[in-house]
Amino acid sequence: MSLIKIALAGEGGQGVQSVAEIIAEAAYEAGKQTIYIPNFGLEQRGGVSIAFIQVSDRRIGAPKFNKADVVIALSERAVGRTAEYSDKNTLFVYDCGFAVPPEDFPKEAKKIIAIPAIDTANNELHPRVFNIIIMGAVIGLTNVVTFEAAKAALEHKLGYKFEKDPKLRELNFKAMEIGKKLGEESLSKEGVC
Amino acid sequence: MEKVFSEAKKAFMTGNETAAWAALAAGAEVMFGYPITPQNEIMHYWTRMAPKYDRGFLQTEDEISAGFTVCGSVQSGKKAFTATAGPGNVLMQEPFGMAEGMRLPLLAIIQQRGGPSSGTVVYSQQEVTLTTFGGNGEGHRIVYSTATHQEIYDYIIKGFNTAWTYRFPTFILGDGYQAKMREPLELYSPEDKGIKMVEPYPLIGLPGHIGEDREPKHLCNIYSLEEELYEVVMKISAEYEAISPELTEYQERECDDAEIIIVSHGVVSRAADDAVTALRAQGLKVGCFRPITLRPFPAQELKNCIQKSGAKKLLIAESAYGQLFRLVRQEIYGETVPMETLFMPGVGIIDYDIMSKIKSML
Amino acid sequence: MAMLEPVHPLTPKSWYLPSKPHKFCPGCGHGIVLKALGENIDELGIQDKTIFGCDIGCSLLAWNFFACDSTQTHHGRTTPVMVGIKRSRPELITVGYMGDGGGYSIGSQHLLNAAVRNEKVTLILVNNTNYGMTGGQMAPTTLPGQKTETSPYGRDPEQTGYPTKGPEFIAQLTPDSAYVARATVSKYNQLKRFIRNALRNQIEGNGFSFVEVLSTCPTNWRTNAQQTWRFLEDEMEPYFPVGELKSPFGKGDK
Repeated sequence: MSLIKIALAGEGGQGVQSVAEIIAEAAYEAGKQTIYIPNFGLEQRGGVSIAFIQVSDRRIGAPKFNKADVVIALSERAVGRTAEYSDKNTLFVYDCGFAVPPEDFPKEAKKIIAIPAIDTANNELHPRVFNIIIMGAVIGLTNVVTFEAAKAALEHKLGYKFEKDPKLRELNFKAMEIGKKLGEESLSKEGVC
Repeated sequence: MEKVFSEAKKAFMTGNETAAWAALAAGAEVMFGYPITPQNEIMHYWTRMAPKYDRGFLQTEDEISAGFTVCGSVQSGKKAFTATAGPGNVLMQEPFGMAEGMRLPLLAIIQQRGGPSSGTVVYSQQEVTLTTFGGNGEGHRIVYSTATHQEIYDYIIKGFNTAWTYRFPTFILGDGYQAKMREPLELYSPEDKGIKMVEPYPLIGLPGHIGEDREPKHLCNIYSLEEELYEVVMKISAEYEAISPELTEYQERECDDAEIIIVSHGVVSRAADDAVTALRAQGLKVGCFRPITLRPFPAQELKNCIQKSGAKKLLIAESAYGQLFRLVRQEIYGETVPMETLFMPGVGIIDYDIMSKIKSML
Repeated sequence: MAMLEPVHPLTPKSWYLPSKPHKFCPGCGHGIVLKALGENIDELGIQDKTIFGCDIGCSLLAWNFFACDSTQTHHGRTTPVMVGIKRSRPELITVGYMGDGGGYSIGSQHLLNAAVRNEKVTLILVNNTNYGMTGGQMAPTTLPGQKTETSPYGRDPEQTGYPTKGPEFIAQLTPDSAYVARATVSKYNQLKRFIRNALRNQIEGNGFSFVEVLSTCPTNWRTNAQQTWRFLEDEMEPYFPVGELKSPFGKGDK
């Protein structure tokens, strides 16, 4: 696998950093070279939170990057904030649950894709697994880790909660599966909203 | 002291967590610290682990106090350390100066953040001048600039040995990126790698009855006469210069025939390394040189590199406005190779930035 | 005629004789404080395990006063150095020695926080109402109206506040296991007793121990012997009440 660069952005509290951490752990456990760095400026308190993930078979250089292979923006503000990480090779993914001013979209992208993650979480599953749907979408879009590896990493991270409430495990795995499908489908059409 | 790792172990963690484990594995006995981003998690991990391994911790009232409590602790014979960043590094220059003057084996981990002033809490390489030559002294310090988590781990272990062998204050110079990012590394107990840890020893509070077995030990840090101080500083300088050749560390790559040599340190050297790979693939003769020790600086090694390659240009790349550049210029005085610069103060540098700059230099 | 043996004054065993005669000015109170400290070190048998730490200022002149291990520090920073030593080697007896400037001004946050944490160190702070070593500037303890190099028309409390009452504020910050007292060089037996209590409190591992000692500075006060003593007894002692403010050893000596 050559280098994959992912930027994941959302509002503080949406769980962007935890998802990034789980994906990075899964890639590490699968024997990949992995770097994950959060943006941790003052902005993270009540602002847009961005996670930078890189996965590769070879040693990775600088911890940040200018242009991502995949950008996933999970809030209205996050779209404008992450447009700069997109170029002609970038899949730019956002949630269609909010209206984004046209000028906020990236000037260049391989493809701009809208997915109904928030809507799916709220209506089909549970608002708390929104970030897990996104995690599934990342996998569906990039194959950065296998579905099984992601499940194992999720189990590792949230296993203690799942023990108390096995339904939660089911809910999370389902969310990831739905997310993965959203990601895969979105590659073949212009968004799935 | 109990072995921290019974066998080497792969891990995926942040640089701050790495630093805490390294200090633990190196046998550090006590940490004194004060909260400042981006080094906080070193304290967080240390305070969680310390009681399990019978190690100490005190959160002091400020960085000045953190530095001076370390000074007191090492005087009494304990392997003590601290960690700080930015404005905290500024405040700690006072105790670091005392460690220089009294030759105290103090170890400090610096996770550089943006400056001047409170700057950002994120990242920079703007504490090079401060860490190498801060204080009202002569920069008699040993500064390792790390680039990977493995190096954070390795050089903290090495740094304690350097400090207690040579008794110069020793610094592990990281940055906010290294502090906060996660990447894989191997954790180990030093003895399993054939590294013998230097035992700490007291400078005061010595055994024996005063007047019978020994004289009292009066540690001195201020002198009445110009000549007295002169003798002291000249002696420290001579000792520092004598040990410098065995302390300097560096890395070079593809320099034998390089027309341009990129000079960078710390995390930026990773981008330089990638840039060299990419540019070589395009048939461009580019190499890179990275000082690992910023003090003492591998001056002769860089000069050798320039001479053997016959390089037409150097490119100094750093996330600061010329701090490494000034250091390089003074250290290789006499070399006439033209230097160009890529200064990105407080901002990360990636291979693309360096490659673009190199292409503009051709 | 037989040669008379030279007369040697009685000195504490813990004094370091090669550093005598000491370097303080004639009429300075430091020697009295250090005698009381030395006699206590002898009587408590702690010479071999005492670490004497000197601040910058006139207190620095005591750096090799004792035949005890010692360290010099920076202005105001003796407290954290002593804390670092004590926390690392609790069996040692750490005695920080400082002036009013070092303790109440530049080192005040160290003093305050060490007191709050009830650090098991002994600090002796000599209050002579001015910065002696640097040439007689105003100190936190300079009395209202007192002339110094930086208050040449007399200290104006409207501009510079009132003198710091150290033991009073430290007593407020510390738990009952702390020892806090103010002594004066004009009452030697009491001074010696207070310093002994401050050392005992550390030896017994109780808590923070602090003694401020009112002392004299004829050089910077520009006073003769009689005026010096008068200033100490008639000006300073009424303003800075002498006594034990907090003592785990009983009711206290007011």
